[in-house]
Amino acid sequence: MKIDDLEQMESEDLSTLPSAERRKFLKFGLAVTGMYLGGSVLSLSSVKNVHAAGVVPEIGKYPYSPHYSMVLREKLCIDCERCKDACVKTNHVPHYGFRTTILEKRRSLGGEKFETTFMPVLCNHCNRPPCVRVCPTTATWKDEKTGIVVMNPGRCIGCKTCMTACPYNARYFKEETRAVDKCDFCLEARLSKGETTTSCVEACPADVRVFGNLADPESRVSQLVHSPETMVWVLRPETGAVPNVFYINS
Amino acid sequence: MNNLLAGIIPGEGGLEATGSGKYNIAIGLMALLTVVGVAAGVHSLYVGHEHTFGVSRGVPWGILIAAYVFFVVTSTGLCIVSSVGHVFGFQNFNPIAKRAVFMSIGTIIAGFLVIAFEIENSWRMPVGNVIGANPTSNIWWMGTLYGAYLFFMMIEFVMLQMDKHKVATGFGLAGLLTGVVAHSNLGAVFGLLNGREFWHGPYMPIYFITSAAMSGCVAIIFFTYIAYKANGWKMSDEMKKSMEAVAKMGALMMAIIIFFTSWKMITGVTGQPPGKYEAMQALLSGPYAMNFWVGEVALGMLIPFIIILAVKGRNMNALFIAALAGMVGIFFMRYDLVIVGQLVPAYHGMGLVDYPDLLTYIPSLHENLVVLGGIAFCGLTFLMGEKLFRGHVSENH
Repeated sequence: MKIDDLEQMESEDLSTLPSAERRKFLKFGLAVTGMYLGGSVLSLSSVKNVHAAGVVPEIGKYPYSPHYSMVLREKLCIDCERCKDACVKTNHVPHYGFRTTILEKRRSLGGEKFETTFMPVLCNHCNRPPCVRVCPTTATWKDEKTGIVVMNPGRCIGCKTCMTACPYNARYFKEETRAVDKCDFCLEARLSKGETTTSCVEACPADVRVFGNLADPESRVSQLVHSPETMVWVLRPETGAVPNVFYINS
Repeated sequence: MNNLLAGIIPGEGGLEATGSGKYNIAIGLMALLTVVGVAAGVHSLYVGHEHTFGVSRGVPWGILIAAYVFFVVTSTGLCIVSSVGHVFGFQNFNPIAKRAVFMSIGTIIAGFLVIAFEIENSWRMPVGNVIGANPTSNIWWMGTLYGAYLFFMMIEFVMLQMDKHKVATGFGLAGLLTGVVAHSNLGAVFGLLNGREFWHGPYMPIYFITSAAMSGCVAIIFFTYIAYKANGWKMSDEMKKSMEAVAKMGALMMAIIIFFTSWKMITGVTGQPPGKYEAMQALLSGPYAMNFWVGEVALGMLIPFIIILAVKGRNMNALFIAALAGMVGIFFMRYDLVIVGQLVPAYHGMGLVDYPDLLTYIPSLHENLVVLGGIAFCGLTFLMGEKLFRGHVSENH
């Protein structure tokens, strides 16, 4: 391009901007800044008191009535297996399966010494049960009233997705009913017939298993999980299933 | 009815199947193996799976689930490959499209056959899925959508046979969409399980779809080559170009799968994430190392990839070898995925005594027979389809 042609062209610097354009640009800039400021203020103001969430539901926040839970004082367990026998008898559990079992933990105390703890495990009747989420035919669901995760064997198609989904190996396929079976807190065998405990709780001679209504502050389960200076934990919390079976070290 | 069938089944034109003795023997053998598989399945139903299958409380999903996944992935893949031509208009992919649609129907029915014997009470499914429908269940979505998918693919095939291409394209698109959503839900069946670290994560649905595309490419090359070879037909230039295009797409998908698998390996090992690490180690250096390195990596990924690139997709014999290796390798991929994901027991890492580090599973005779039956059924549909539909030849449209 020739210098003459260049001189004829319109200037592209800021001196040629009409003031209307400048005002529009400023308004735009103010709007963006305003949004950022407003957003920052809003985000700061929405921070509530975030207290540490433990594994036990907050007092007063129980969706079920009664909110059945079990507390396991595993240090007292002696692996007598009377709970397992009682469960088998009460709920007709076949020999190849189990609704509850006892696992053995070993902890080294240095040198040759070690400490053994027996850990009973069973269905945790989770508040966010993965098994309920995955069942294609709603053959299992969480009872609205009691929070117990129940099975309808007649609806079960035997796809075993619930068995794969359960983080706790709580379910097994029962040949006799051709459906998946699991602990139901003795709802069918005992609770629905007026009893107030499960058979494993009644059978335990060492007072390891405690069963009751977590929502009732007078109940033993509630008092146990809320006792001061007690460690309360659940199994595999990282799965997000929110179990209702609590282990304590008292 | 006769007129309808006449419109669908071509009486002339296309390619004629040999009808030779060997062909008939092959069909007879496939039919026999299908019957054997079904018999093994029915027997298991009668005496109870616990007595005939190798699955257990800890490993409830075995080779039957792996075979189901294999068939369903291949079916979705064949649908994807056929839709590249029919739905998205890439002319190069048209010659293989009809066979791909047909085999996507064949493979999905084979998959349903296998899973019907895996599920303990399969007859309750149609009722249970309706009255107890659970929208949070990926299995529910998968079952429902695959039913719809089968319906759409069958109509698409009929429309293709009747030369109603616009309608066929519509149903092809419907089939593709339902297939992709159903298939990602199958991935999500595994991927959404918080308790199974090896499977958990967004990777599964994504991996399944990409894997499907790879399987589809490999499968259509496999079936097309066998169809032409077994019947003594000669591949037209368009067909060869089509095979080349499919092979190259397959190679691209393999490259992506190699990338996915490498990073899955790395994330499974780095920092020894609990639950995931033990499973990954079972694959890399443990009891499933042969399955992984020879089956998955060598046969399923590297060998086909290298062959396709080496011949630039042009040598049909080489492509068949690649496709054969790919099909076998892909079966290993499905098997390893399903089984290894369950091998890490629920209470791992808690210092338990007398507790296995890794569970075990061995497929039983009955399970193997049912899988064989499924494969034979697939082969039977394939051979009969070649005969009935005269080589699935499509005119240029």
